[in-house]
Amino acid sequence: MAKISLIVNGNPVTGNVDPRTLLVQFLRENLGLTGTHVGCDTSQCGACVVHVDGKAVKSCTTLAVMVDGQNITTIEGLAAGDTLHPMQEAFREHHGLQCGYCTPGMIMTAVDLVRRKGHDLDHHTIREELEGNLCRCTGYHNIVESIAAGAKAMAKSA
Amino acid sequence: MYEFKFHRPATVRQAANLLAKNEDAKLVAGGHTLIPVMKQRLASPPHLVDLSKVENLSGIEMKGRALSIGAMTTHADVAGSPIVGEAIPALAYLAGVIGDPAVRHRGTIGGSLANNDPTADYPAACLALGATIVTNKRRLKAEEFFAGLFTTALESDEIITRVTFPLPKKAAYVKFRNQASRYALVGVFVARRPSDVGVAVTGAGADGVFRVTAFEEALKKRFASKALEGLSVPADGLNADIHGSAEYRAHLIGVLAARAVDAANGK
Ligand SMILES: Cc1cc2nc3c(=O)[nH]c(=O)nc-3n(C[C@H](O)[C@H](O)[C@H](O)COP(=O)(O)OP(=O)(O)OC[C@H]3O[C@@H](n4cnc5c(N)ncnc54)[C@H](O)[C@@H]3O)c2cc1C
Ligand code: FES
Ligand code: FES
Repeated sequence: MAKISLIVNGNPVTGNVDPRTLLVQFLRENLGLTGTHVGCDTSQCGACVVHVDGKAVKSCTTLAVMVDGQNITTIEGLAAGDTLHPMQEAFREHHGLQCGYCTPGMIMTAVDLVRRKGHDLDHHTIREELEGNLCRCTGYHNIVESIAAGAKAMAKSA
Repeated sequence: MYEFKFHRPATVRQAANLLAKNEDAKLVAGGHTLIPVMKQRLASPPHLVDLSKVENLSGIEMKGRALSIGAMTTHADVAGSPIVGEAIPALAYLAGVIGDPAVRHRGTIGGSLANNDPTADYPAACLALGATIVTNKRRLKAEEFFAGLFTTALESDEIITRVTFPLPKKAAYVKFRNQASRYALVGVFVARRPSDVGVAVTGAGADGVFRVTAFEEALKKRFASKALEGLSVPADGLNADIHGSAEYRAHLIGVLAARAVDAANGK
């Protein structure tokens, strides 16, 4: 077993884990944060994306022990109390989800994208950046619309 | 995934000692090749030696006329680096088309080279640019480093510390992606170096990355895509699978090489 301590959504967390534990398992099974999903478990789909020190990372392809001491944000950490994060609000407003399975990963990827490329995102850029996020329902169009609108809304709320 | 012991050394020497002491121990860098392989139980190292806390392994700097990139530097950091963008823009471009943004946040240049996947992007750049792979033991020319499918000259307790790239006059990379995996179905890196030309191909060779000397000779005489007209690569020794025949890959090499030369020439 290995001892780890990290910050998850602003809270210090410690754990004693088998080194095989994936970050996504640690979040879901040890911490009960089931908003982060496992779609493929083969690094393709992006349903498991969380932020590690602010950067989007596939938590199914990261061991919990590898992020010891780091700062993790999951989908549960985005909203401020009852007020949705502007990117979450944009997905609701623009119908950016159907079954919702891919949504946490889409939103975490989108927030990272805004950090890197700013608030004024054209559709082509958004589609390129969604390379690692798969959705089986929406056909992507409304996800792209949501991200473009969410990016703008984040500028206002910042 | 099978059980393993996890180690977190602070120096290259400690990491090398852990590798020497524990048979079948493996280094882990970004884990974006090794973890999927361990999940599939295709690898089961009893010890994992994590490089993420080892000092002096990441970072990008100019050293004289060469660009030096630390082994633990992520694809995202290479893609976004103003130093790389100024020195070898083709290399920054290449790093930016590896996988997807989340993969680029974890995957490292050292891990990619040590893995020598026959469809990986970096090996083509190293071979075409004449890079040197620096380890805790020695300096290896790219030519001697890559040794066939998923095979390199690295010894079991050898650690890549950095990679140095001599600056080319011009260079470009063109990647034709596999529609499913997004790895290179074929990728061609072309570099016009001060006294040489490098043309290296990934994705196509049954033995991994290789140079196309016939193209290089023609481009040495005249560095223009026209110089490649009428030349082709034999389909013998190229990969064939459900994604494309050997003949198709051979054809792509010619097309992509010409495009890369045009791109290097700013066309
Ligand atoms: C979804 C997905 C898409 C991808 N697409 C592409 C793509 O389009 N093109 C591409 O080129 N790659 C692609 N990759 C692979 C990616 O670039 C990997 O990150 C890379 O191949 C391995 O780097 P790593 O740091 O993750 O290495 P790890 O997985 O940690 O290690 C890989 C191997 O290298 C060894 N190793 C690591 N560091 C060192 C070192 N410093 N010295 C000696 N040995 C070392 C390890 O022991 C292991 O055997 C993709 C990966 C995924 C998951
Ligand atoms: S579950 Fe991690 S990428 Fe699909
Ligand atoms: S909304 Fe169902 S997978 Fe995207």
